[in-house]
Amino acid sequence: MKRSTLIILKTLVWIGCLLPAANLVWRAVNNNLGPDPTAEIQNVTGLSALWMLTATLAISPLRALLPKYLNWLIKFRRLIGLFVFFYGSLHMLTWLGLYAGFDLGTIRTDITERRFIIAGMATYLALLPLALTSTTWSIRKLGGKNWSRLHALIYVAAITAAIHYWWKVKTGVLTPAPYTLVILLLLLARPVLAWRKRRKAQTVPV
Amino acid sequence: MLIGKPPDIPSSQITSRDAYFNYLSRRRFLKGVAATGAAALGAERLAELVSPRAALAGTKLQTVSSPLTTTGEQLTSFEDITHYNNFYEFGVDKGDPAKNAGGLPTRPWAVKVDGLVQKPLTFDIDDLLKLHPLENRTYRHRCVEAWSMVIPWVGYSLSELIKQCQPLSTAKYVQFHSYFNWHVEKWATEDATIMWPYSEGLRMDEAMNPLTLLTFGLYGETLPNQDGAPVRIVVPWKYGFKSAKSIVEMKFVAKQPDTTWNDQAPNEYGFYSNVNPNVDHPRWSQKTERRIGLPFYEQRRTTLMFNGYGDQVASMYAGMDLKKYY
Repeated sequence: MKRSTLIILKTLVWIGCLLPAANLVWRAVNNNLGPDPTAEIQNVTGLSALWMLTATLAISPLRALLPKYLNWLIKFRRLIGLFVFFYGSLHMLTWLGLYAGFDLGTIRTDITERRFIIAGMATYLALLPLALTSTTWSIRKLGGKNWSRLHALIYVAAITAAIHYWWKVKTGVLTPAPYTLVILLLLLARPVLAWRKRRKAQTVPV
Repeated sequence: MLIGKPPDIPSSQITSRDAYFNYLSRRRFLKGVAATGAAALGAERLAELVSPRAALAGTKLQTVSSPLTTTGEQLTSFEDITHYNNFYEFGVDKGDPAKNAGGLPTRPWAVKVDGLVQKPLTFDIDDLLKLHPLENRTYRHRCVEAWSMVIPWVGYSLSELIKQCQPLSTAKYVQFHSYFNWHVEKWATEDATIMWPYSEGLRMDEAMNPLTLLTFGLYGETLPNQDGAPVRIVVPWKYGFKSAKSIVEMKFVAKQPDTTWNDQAPNEYGFYSNVNPNVDHPRWSQKTERRIGLPFYEQRRTTLMFNGYGDQVASMYAGMDLKKYY
């Protein structure tokens, strides 16, 4: 890929990832966040984090499927991953500020007694070290293998995020189903694609 | 379609039939055929042809004031009351019912009253509307999800209807069933796994409490479909899901009836579900609530015991452990 194309594409991904946040700010300034602004902020930040997380998980399988054409996707994974952390942070801040009112008692009860909040916190704690070690310097310092092992935490985050979502909605409500299915598909794609790769390697004529 | 005749109503309490139909035909005319310019045609009939189901949506109701109305609160806007709804038969997103409830056939509509009553009656909706003068009753509305509104309902005390049916002394509870038709409400089974039709219930004294409202309208007009047209229950001291929408049956029973959300998750939604800031929902605190329609930094407010209606209802629960019977 040409350097100029890459710069243009990166700019577009930046803009795309910033859109949900920009849209929220714009609507907040114009007092146009709908009937329940607090819930709207919470939903938009949470769903943005979820779908960007699925986007980062899609990159490896897509590259494995079409290595000739989609190898360049890897250049966007860190960028999108950091946006997952960005929206996750906004999501958590919304809970702390607009739901718990920064009240330590409320926060403590939420963290100790509400399982959907525990699952949400687990997701955030899994994402935190990934964001902190996202620099090239960290990769070098940790060594590729250790770094990869640490970053397998993204699978934990994807699953605890799904659990968080299911525990948040009412029993019997199926809204988290699409996200869950996509996540399961992307997680299952990994062993399947690895197996395919092994088989191909074995059948290479000597 | 009145089967069995309730006692006569003083004519003074009935909206003049002529005035009512004059008003209706004007309304229908404007709504249905304004653009066609077909003024010469019978407007009422034509509107029926154009939109037979929705013909009565948004009809102005003749109302009187009531001492039971809540004062000193800023009303939630009509827009928000009609576009932020939990009506899962029409989808689980708050905006879904406004989009999907158009097909709810609100005419003809009958409410069947049966079970342990002297007089099992079936009321046509138009007879129910005339059973008692319609009152303006503004109530706070507190959802179990910790948001709240202030809604100017139109209706009369449910007790007026119950008195007509003369429940037996063995009747201890009333069960309400909402309309359910899989063809009209396909979202009910697509978006959720819930046993339909929606069922709710009240203890007899709760149903007879003057605050419990048989509700036909809001903001002076007939209920929009997404708010439970053509007739619903409103119980202002309980979480919103206790107030069944679009009811087609009222059944008097001896034992505490099965109710939809209590069946679905008994640890989260008790049969009583009185608004109570001291009993948390397992997933969130009920101490505070978010008022709908305000900027995000002004939404949060303290939740009141019995949603602020303790003076009228607390005595019904004297001696009961409300942490146990949540």
